Amino acid sequence: MVNKSTRIQKLKGGLPTEALAKVESGDGSRIHVLAVDDNSVDRKFIEKLLKISCYKVTTVDSASRALEILGLIEGTPPLAPNAFKINLIITDYCMPGMTGYDLLKTVKECSSLKEIPVVIMSSENVPNRIKTCLAEGAEEFLLKPVQIADVKRLEGHVRDRKP
Amino acid sequence: MDVIGRLQRQRTELTQALFKEGLLDEQFTQLQLLQDPNNPDFVAEVVSLFFEDSEKLLDELTRSLEQDPVDYKKVDAYVHQFKGSSSSIGAQRVKNACVIFRTCCEERSQEGCRQALQQVKHEFFLIKSRLEALLQLEQQILAAGGTIPFME
Repeated sequence: MVNKSTRIQKLKGGLPTEALAKVESGDGSRIHVLAVDDNSVDRKFIEKLLKISCYKVTTVDSASRALEILGLIEGTPPLAPNAFKINLIITDYCMPGMTGYDLLKTVKECSSLKEIPVVIMSSENVPNRIKTCLAEGAEEFLLKPVQIADVKRLEGHVRDRKP
Repeated sequence: MDVIGRLQRQRTELTQALFKEGLLDEQFTQLQLLQDPNNPDFVAEVVSLFFEDSEKLLDELTRSLEQDPVDYKKVDAYVHQFKGSSSSIGAQRVKNACVIFRTCCEERSQEGCRQALQQVKHEFFLIKSRLEALLQLEQQILAAGGTIPFME
């Protein structure tokens, strides 16, 4: 059985996956969530909330790293789209460079990834922002600090998609 | 038993004071509830991360306000980060000080920002020393063989 982490290491010319993101190993039965947040405290917090809710978790600190994990960024030998089998993306809205909204748009515009549910988090309650994200295809818009009940509910977005 | 009892009483008093004085809010309780035997240092880890990040942010903020002219967008971005992480750990007064700071950024008030930064620093170092004392007490309780109750 090919160990996915090893295969990716070779493709990336030896760059360990840990340098891209914190990827949790494990079986394929749990829902795999990709959490994107540039704030390290928030990242640790959301990771804990997700783990306690029994999701498999990968955390990254930027939208561009998220796109690398999803296999969308070109240049380096590409990962197959969604090689890590991400079932749900939860992303902060306000991030330097590429925002969570940009990430949402990019995922929804990609035929092989658009089915992945995307949830946006923000510390700011801006009605226009919320409307725009939902219109672009976000499942939900969560206000920070995110609560454990919000995280437990995320599962519903994934189950809705199962054939 | 006596030692543990005394330490636990101190811990309860310290924690209650932190909430009563508004230094901490309900979000800190949420953090404590996430701690479990598999990850008994979770709160300490998050709090340490908060201290580290915050001190870097304070340095950046100080530097940014010394520039001429001040880049208020950049300053606001740093304050936004600070507000975010303080909110996530329940450091209520730091968060509130950040909210005021952001208003000064919007008004492009250099003097306002300077004062707001002082206030944020004051609140940060205050919560830092109180949380360090709390975490130390908890370590002592555990080392003495006691357990840590959670706030109701």
